[in-house]
Amino acid sequence: MRFSVRPALVCAVLVLAALAVAVLALGTGEFTLTPTEVVRALAGEGTRAARLVVVEWRLPRVLLALLIGAALGLAGAVFQALTRNPLGSPDVIGFNTGAYTGVLVVTVFVGNGYYLVAAGALIGGLGTAMVVYLLAFKRGVQGFRLIIVGIAISAMLGSANQWFIIKVDLQAAFAAAIWGQGSLNGLGWAQVTPVAVIVGVLCVALIAYGPRLSLLEMGEDAAAALGVRVEATRLGYLVLGVALTAVATAAAGPISFVALAAPQLAQRLTRTPGIALVPSAAMGAFLLMLSDWLAQRVFAPTQLPVGIVTVSVGGIYFVWLLVRQARR
Amino acid sequence: MVLTRTPAQPTPAPAGVSASQTRRLLWFLVCLGLLAVVCLLSVALGTRNVSLGTVWDAFFHYTDTDDQSIVRDLRVPRTVLGLLAGVAFGLSGAVIQAVTRNPLADTQILGINSGAGLFVVFAVGVLGLTNLSQYLWFGFAGVAFALTLVYLLGSVGRAGATPIRLTLAGVALGAVMDGISGGIRLVRPRAFDYLRFWDVGTLAGRPLEVALTILPFVLAGTALALVVARSLNAVALGDDLARTLGAGIGRTRILATVSVMLLSGAATAAVGPIGFVGLMVPHVVRWIVGPDQRWIFVYTVICGPVLLLLADIVGRLVVRPGELRVGVVTAFVGAPVLIWWVRRARVSAL
Repeated sequence: MRFSVRPALVCAVLVLAALAVAVLALGTGEFTLTPTEVVRALAGEGTRAARLVVVEWRLPRVLLALLIGAALGLAGAVFQALTRNPLGSPDVIGFNTGAYTGVLVVTVFVGNGYYLVAAGALIGGLGTAMVVYLLAFKRGVQGFRLIIVGIAISAMLGSANQWFIIKVDLQAAFAAAIWGQGSLNGLGWAQVTPVAVIVGVLCVALIAYGPRLSLLEMGEDAAAALGVRVEATRLGYLVLGVALTAVATAAAGPISFVALAAPQLAQRLTRTPGIALVPSAAMGAFLLMLSDWLAQRVFAPTQLPVGIVTVSVGGIYFVWLLVRQARR
Repeated sequence: MVLTRTPAQPTPAPAGVSASQTRRLLWFLVCLGLLAVVCLLSVALGTRNVSLGTVWDAFFHYTDTDDQSIVRDLRVPRTVLGLLAGVAFGLSGAVIQAVTRNPLADTQILGINSGAGLFVVFAVGVLGLTNLSQYLWFGFAGVAFALTLVYLLGSVGRAGATPIRLTLAGVALGAVMDGISGGIRLVRPRAFDYLRFWDVGTLAGRPLEVALTILPFVLAGTALALVVARSLNAVALGDDLARTLGAGIGRTRILATVSVMLLSGAATAAVGPIGFVGLMVPHVVRWIVGPDQRWIFVYTVICGPVLLLLADIVGRLVVRPGELRVGVVTAFVGAPVLIWWVRRARVSAL
């Protein structure tokens, strides 16, 4: 297997950067700690108070930011390779809107509570993705048809969501809207283990699939000529991509634009010819870690939902894309 | 050696169900009649059905009964607003489809409603404006902003603004703008409450002043669209051919953009974002009249309100005594139609 230096280097740098921001984030908050104190607390030394703050309170959030960021980066990479378009993202398949519908239904008819909401998001999102795929399937799935069906179903569910938001009382509507932006607030160790396990399993599955993604990226005909069973492989990757998004959304709500921007930024840095999975994961982890730290710092002591920061990241990313193209 | 010329092939009949001018005029009258009927139904039907006699009396022999006030104060403003919004959304969709050469475009898909929405949310949430005539201008600015950005982003790269790139750019930018406007609403809870009712797109609860405020802009936008329709026929052939035909592409695009700005900006600011009208109506119309943009625009001006008012009526009848907002109805009707269309049409591999 050819091993190019540049992607590995970029990955290493990104991982280091993400860890650096993580250390900063662990030192931020009501109790500020210097980076040295943070590192000592992580290593098991340092004062009891420091260890309590760092390991018990803040570490789970940081770990989740890294894990969910990596998951979103991978999901985005898979979708962009499948649709062969830099603007392909899990939301094209209507996932986020469906997850939101699930959450609203659960909040209105069943009740509030972290696991209820997460279950609603999962069922809503996965159900929507399935429906979109089935409706777009007609002797195979063309990219364009998938996108249009996704838009149609999103619009339908989106208007249902808005109707729900009107029907419930203001409190519930506001709470649902906050969830809808995506937030890492209030997440603890209880969430870290399931997320880590599931993301780990999905990563293993992705590795097991091997280089088929880059083959699919070359076009269906080329891939078929090279021995890839196109429809089955495409469906498999779609399932993996949706599952990664589902884990992220169930844990923290729909976080926008990490999945969109991370693979493209990673590709620019590594200069690979196609979408690179591992650099996308590293970039996703870095982006989300950075966004979460900013979300905590920018309007301190108010903590913004991280989704608001990532939306701004998305906006800046698009401007950057336009400026780059304009210069050519 | 004598060179013989083969006789010219007979030109194929122009596409569309109505192959001649007279047929098109006939269908036009049919659609006008349909519009009149739908307007009447819109005034008469609802949570409480009002007889046509009462409608007549409400205008000509006003005696201030309950039913007559319903007609004058609620139903008529609603119908007039539905007329204007239907024209605006339908025609803006038709213009966009012509300018971008993308049959699956409307103001919702290309993120234009989100742009108008963002600027209106900004005006209401951050600047605290509550009067339509004040935040109307933000609606215009939002549409212009979104349209420019989506077109630029969709043209990124060598392939240019193909339909799929424009659509994806619209979805992506629409998501950014929705996200930012969602964020603004979270930090302004009072605006959140006001805006969640505006969000769905509804004709209800707007006094006649609203319709009268947007009337001049809708008229201006319609006039501009009809003026530029002929050049758009040339633009549909592709940039190079259009230039050869002397269509003045830059000027056409600018006029078309201004027209869309006026139409969808005014309508979105007045009734909230409503999708699918601009998508479906031009398609149905194109099926009847063929690809001539002038006829498409003229028909869309009539058929757009027909669709919107029908959706409003359905929304009033389906869950009586409650009411389903027109934005929800158009989404639930439009989405299956769109899916059916994309499954059935021979879409070129994009």
